[in-house]
Amino acid sequence: MLEQAILDKLARVGLTVYRPDPDAEHRPLPLYLSRIPAGFPSPADDHVERSLDLHRHLLAHPDASFFLRISGDSMLAYGIHDGDLLIVDRAVQAKEGMIVVAALDGELTVKRLGKHAGQPALLPGNDRYAPIPIREGQELVVWGVVIHVIHSFAP
Amino acid sequence: MTLALVDANNFYVSCERLFQPRLEGKPVVVLSNNDGCAVARSNEAKALGVTMGAPYFQWEKLAKQHGIVVLSSNYALYGELSARLMRLLGNQAVGQEIYSIDESFLEVPVADAEADSWAQHLRQQIRRQLGLPVCVGVAPTKTLAKVCNHWAKKERTAEGVCIWGDLDPQQRRQWFHETPVGDLWGVGRRLAARLEAQGVQSAGDLARTDSRWLRQHYGVALARMQQELRGVPCLSLEEVSPPRQQIQCSRSFGRAVTEFSDVLESLSLHTQRGIEKLHEQALWAGSVQVMVRSSPFREGFYSGTAHRRLPEPSRDYRVLWEAVRSAAAEAFQPGVSYQKSGILLFDLQAQARTGDLFAVQEGGEERAERLQEALQRAQDRFGKHTLARGVGGLRQGRDWAMRSDRRSPSYLSDWWSLPVAFAR
Repeated sequence: MLEQAILDKLARVGLTVYRPDPDAEHRPLPLYLSRIPAGFPSPADDHVERSLDLHRHLLAHPDASFFLRISGDSMLAYGIHDGDLLIVDRAVQAKEGMIVVAALDGELTVKRLGKHAGQPALLPGNDRYAPIPIREGQELVVWGVVIHVIHSFAP
Repeated sequence: MTLALVDANNFYVSCERLFQPRLEGKPVVVLSNNDGCAVARSNEAKALGVTMGAPYFQWEKLAKQHGIVVLSSNYALYGELSARLMRLLGNQAVGQEIYSIDESFLEVPVADAEADSWAQHLRQQIRRQLGLPVCVGVAPTKTLAKVCNHWAKKERTAEGVCIWGDLDPQQRRQWFHETPVGDLWGVGRRLAARLEAQGVQSAGDLARTDSRWLRQHYGVALARMQQELRGVPCLSLEEVSPPRQQIQCSRSFGRAVTEFSDVLESLSLHTQRGIEKLHEQALWAGSVQVMVRSSPFREGFYSGTAHRRLPEPSRDYRVLWEAVRSAAAEAFQPGVSYQKSGILLFDLQAQARTGDLFAVQEGGEERAERLQEALQRAQDRFGKHTLARGVGGLRQGRDWAMRSDRRSPSYLSDWWSLPVAFAR
């Protein structure tokens, strides 16, 4: 904090000191105010700074996103390890090739949505597991689409 | 203006099913706190004859016979899903009044001709994003929106959507005739009985009744409702719900409690929960009331209350605990088997007053705020039961703790209780 005397001095030469308001509303700011194709910084940008909010960065649809914990090793090939944290977005439309959480036999299971022998199937990411064919007429309930996996090295 | 009433079907049961797909299609009942009565029933459980509010012991046999899944209520889960539901609904409308944990009035943002497809889209969105089934009633007044929602629920219309403007007059008359007056919004059992005794049996009867006679005999509230049934809007959308007047934290004990120290321990937990709520709502409490009572269904019912005015509005645990402890000593009477304890924070204010020269302050408000923040962070990080204040009762298995043997995990509020996705 600057002392009042210094503030007064600055005020006399026409300078006002602004302090960040810790109670201010949390509003997203542009990372840069202008975009210049050549990449020259514009003087107008003048150091627009904000802290990075990981939650915001990872969740495109926060109200439709859920955190799940992984149990098992059938998805190792995709970098999904036992105990990892999954971020699942239910607002995303599931398409072939995506990794999804599906409701199968009353539990939530993680697999890749794909084809096996020309038939739609849930594919594991580990040779020790077999693909699960989705039979004609069998309704597969896709619970949500996996958009991130968080693997932690912290003890 | 066209209004919609959206509410979730069997809300608590639907919340439980989100993370437990095995409950899909099975009869499920959620019990009230302390596992007393049915507060939510899946359609399958309704079909088996479990009635709303029925105490568990009355249908325990039925439950075992039919394999009804019985769950304790998990309000942390329902609260979070409710908040998400309300935000998603609000995004799809031009105005919103949150009416209860699972009901919201919305101002429809599209022309009447498009109301049906708007409502269908809304339902699909909520179903996909939160896994919750909802019903939508759309009408020119709140009361009619409620009626339409009720009809959608009763499956008079397809797809859980009922639009007043799309029903032909003949159909409206018929359904009005078939809707008992007691099913209407705000008509309780007693009022319904009185109306029926005077020949007003159905929604149709009420709409047709002479309005002057109705106002004379039943007052202005019912007269307004009648106007609304006739399609004349009298109730506006209350976009800003009035600030909460009080915060209550109370719980039944899992067993009868007689010791003062156990009562104090429970009150300490309620005080901490109350402070959390004050922080959530950016409020300070001016007064606190303590309540302890025995079971009202037993001989020798005793209920003790005492209240304390705080030296100044506060949410500092030390200040509040001082007040709660002294009030508890006053409310407590030895020789009673207590069944419930609680605190009520009232005289709530949106800001703390500047320090009082004579108030008990060791380190001041600011330090208390920082302490509360640090405690919150520690609990968030290591779990709720690792660190608490004073006589917070972190003892393993508090033996007075609420009976909730069948509660689902804190799926959305605890890092250690996340739902599991199997990779096998």
